[in-house]
Amino acid sequence: MSIKFKTLSQLKELLEKKELSSYELVSETFRNISSSKTNSFITLNEEAALNKARDFDEGKVDGDLAGIPIAQKDLFCTKNLKTTCGSKILENFIPPYDATVVDNLSKAGSICVGKTNMDEFAMGSSNETSYYGTVKNPWGLERVPGGSSGGSAAAVSEGLVCAATGTDTGGSIRQPAALCGITGIKPTYGRASRWGMIAFASSLDQAGTFARNAEDCALLLNHICSHDQKDSTSISDAQENYLDNINNDLKGKKIGIIKEFDISSLNREVQDSFEQSKKIYESLGVNFVEVSMPNIQLSVPTYYVVAPAECSSNLSRFDGVKYGYRADDVGNLEDLYIKSRSEGFGDEVKRRILIGTYVLSAGFYDAYYKKAQQSRRMIKNDFVEAFKNVDVIMSPSSPSSAFKIGSKTEDPIEMYLEDLFTISSNLAGVPAMSIPHGFANGLPIGLQLIGNYLEESKILNFAHQYQKSSDWHLKNPNLGESS
Amino acid sequence: MSWETVIGLEVHAQLSTNTKLFSSASTKFGSEPNTQVDLVDLGLPGVLPVVNKDAFKKAIRFGLAIDAEINQESTFDRKNYFYPDLPKGYQITQMSKPIVEGGSIDIDVGEDKKTINITRAHLEEDAGKSIHDAYPDKSVIDLNRAGTPLLEIVSEPEISNAKEAVSYMKALHQLVTFLDVCDGDMSQGSLRCDANVSIRKIGDLELGTRTEIKNINSFKFIEKAINFEIKRQIKVLESGGKVTQETRLYDSGKDETRPMRSKEFANDYRYFPDPDLLPVVISDDEMEEIKSTFPELPGDKSKRYISEFQIDESEAEIISSSRELSNFFEVAVGSKNDPKLAANLIVGEIGSLLNKDSIKIDESQLTSDNFNVLLQRISDGTISKKIAKTILAEIWETGRNADEIIDDQGLVQIQDENLLEEVITKVIESNTKQVEDYKNGKDKLFGFFVGQVMKETQGKANPQAVNDLLKKALNS
Repeated sequence: MSIKFKTLSQLKELLEKKELSSYELVSETFRNISSSKTNSFITLNEEAALNKARDFDEGKVDGDLAGIPIAQKDLFCTKNLKTTCGSKILENFIPPYDATVVDNLSKAGSICVGKTNMDEFAMGSSNETSYYGTVKNPWGLERVPGGSSGGSAAAVSEGLVCAATGTDTGGSIRQPAALCGITGIKPTYGRASRWGMIAFASSLDQAGTFARNAEDCALLLNHICSHDQKDSTSISDAQENYLDNINNDLKGKKIGIIKEFDISSLNREVQDSFEQSKKIYESLGVNFVEVSMPNIQLSVPTYYVVAPAECSSNLSRFDGVKYGYRADDVGNLEDLYIKSRSEGFGDEVKRRILIGTYVLSAGFYDAYYKKAQQSRRMIKNDFVEAFKNVDVIMSPSSPSSAFKIGSKTEDPIEMYLEDLFTISSNLAGVPAMSIPHGFANGLPIGLQLIGNYLEESKILNFAHQYQKSSDWHLKNPNLGESS
Repeated sequence: MSWETVIGLEVHAQLSTNTKLFSSASTKFGSEPNTQVDLVDLGLPGVLPVVNKDAFKKAIRFGLAIDAEINQESTFDRKNYFYPDLPKGYQITQMSKPIVEGGSIDIDVGEDKKTINITRAHLEEDAGKSIHDAYPDKSVIDLNRAGTPLLEIVSEPEISNAKEAVSYMKALHQLVTFLDVCDGDMSQGSLRCDANVSIRKIGDLELGTRTEIKNINSFKFIEKAINFEIKRQIKVLESGGKVTQETRLYDSGKDETRPMRSKEFANDYRYFPDPDLLPVVISDDEMEEIKSTFPELPGDKSKRYISEFQIDESEAEIISSSRELSNFFEVAVGSKNDPKLAANLIVGEIGSLLNKDSIKIDESQLTSDNFNVLLQRISDGTISKKIAKTILAEIWETGRNADEIIDDQGLVQIQDENLLEEVITKVIESNTKQVEDYKNGKDKLFGFFVGQVMKETQGKANPQAVNDLLKKALNS
């Protein structure tokens, strides 16, 4: 039986009916990974995974996700399992503890098969900044999978695993989900714990997940999200069961279209898909409303002040002193810092540390960081206003489909614009997801659904209803195999 | 030319919380290196700080004591700089919205009082320790101290000389120990100060260029370091030079300050709000709770001792000036002992023993329980006050129970009138000459007879009984 492209719910059922053992499932997963050409994984967890699968088969593991192999983005700390964050500076870092998200998923019975490739410290939109090599898009191996959670997105897209975790700071789940033709969700900031997530930009980072459809995402989110006393920014409001409202009728609901997002400038096919998706929702009884978000144009510049500022401070701990890469042949302390960091970090990380250091420095703080905080508040207010009139907001997830590896690496600004549609929800802290909704240049593209604060249930409901009325999420890449 | 000095002090008080400011590791002093360090203190990738509310309670208590403004919503910022004993590469501190703002402290200046205004007091985490002399070819780091909560108390530049600075430090020391905010142990660095010193011509309105002397950790060194620095600055200015704004270190061995780093090489700390921490909000209920558990301060204590226990004013002041002594006194009084007797012994005999060893009462071998026993034995007449002193000296050395010492050394006071009369008869019979003189009006000789009786009884005779019986015998 081929396990490739099976959804989480399908695999659960096979395990429950004992038509498949977890050991067979996990073994097959590792066979598939070893023959994969996408470079999705940095580290495999074969022995521990097979042991847990055996335990499940012997009835020793239970939980909602029991016996199901999943992959973890290599940004989540995993106890006794190497965690590199895509960087040379953490090439040999083995955390002594599990991230809360990892712990939660493990307690739900899932089996971590390995750590997925990613842009270095989650800084990138193409996975090309990884020290461990670029991930290739399963829909076209010469294409990028998007980033930064490119390894997780590619692994799910290729059918290596039915689910994988990701993190989203400016679009790092939604953009690769779109480019790889799968479903990905980033919940409200603070809904999932950041404990054990290696920080890029603390006020924007949020854990989330990739799966083959919205329903599986809802099931996963039930476990990924939790209130955590170890994270001061964690939300303590009661958490709903994300499956409860997934079948709600959408009749009479309202979707907002952001006036200031100029969709007409995008590729014809992207525009057509967007129109098609509107029609699908209209057929479900949804009304469309134009919402004006005058400050949303400030999102990209605001983000590229706030995120680098926080990253420049967050990444100070990688200094060659306590753990991680330490340069040889250093004469003195300053030398140790300079050489370890110069050799340990890649170009994109250095670029952002430099930008962040600059915008926080004496004399520039008010002009950059303080201004950015102000515009961030304005963007947040735009969302508050918009959600007074609509249930969810809809836009394309990214401006185009997957581009060719190497085609944007020389132009950071164009690369930054990949996150044009996704960044604002991180700045506002609201939940958002991407679902497959068509193709451009033969490659998948995504539809973004943005929800109000803590309304992940609602976007999951919208996504699930869409997927019940369409089959984009059922399309799989053909990697030279008979499908 | 005459100069005047302007001094502002930044005092770091290590808060006496059980755990660190942002982690659950212990703050105990003197443990094996790197044993009181958890994931957060190590600055591992992915870890996050969680605020210790107990540190806030202590900071607020301090703020209330100096009549300051308490910011019930305060925030944390990051101060970024690289140093090996700073694991995260930044220190979490309160820059823009500290917990305490304003307030003042009265200090003794000779016979007078002077009010020093406080700018602010904010919470921050301590760094670890770099040790450069443990190995010949490497420096090592101990992170036990990393993350320990500090309250940085910043004064206005209103201190005029080294003596006032010491006085200010002493007032602060008394306050923080009484409030149970800090253990006040300067030798272990629990309370240390940075002194900002500048001089200007008398009458000038503008402040002179200041230097900052870092990490001074004793009253004596504060005085010496500031005095050295004043003289040095005067010398520089009078020889036509300029004072450089810089950080200096005080070398107590050489009694001098030396430049550490100058302003031009100073770090740009790139302060910004710590995104890992939300503003810390202290509710009105929490404020009420802190107010309701506010400890009694020395002035009030002293007044209460006098009115409640009728003890001497000078004794009340001495006891109430120290947290340890007043606790000790209050335990004794709480156990229904005679307050006057307790105060008397604490200030007198115990006070001199403490001075001799320069220790605090809770570092001595005398426990409250044992002191209770001793007081009871005096009150019930088992021993005399004089013998009590001998017993105290013994307890001081050995820590043995007072009753045991009394039994072992047969120190029970002689009350038996028949026995005492026998001794008195013997004394009178062997000192006929003195008896005659006494009877002829030499009253002063009475003391001689008491002394003789005491000698015969090895000091164990009940003095009152001896007095009465002697008078009776001599006047018969």
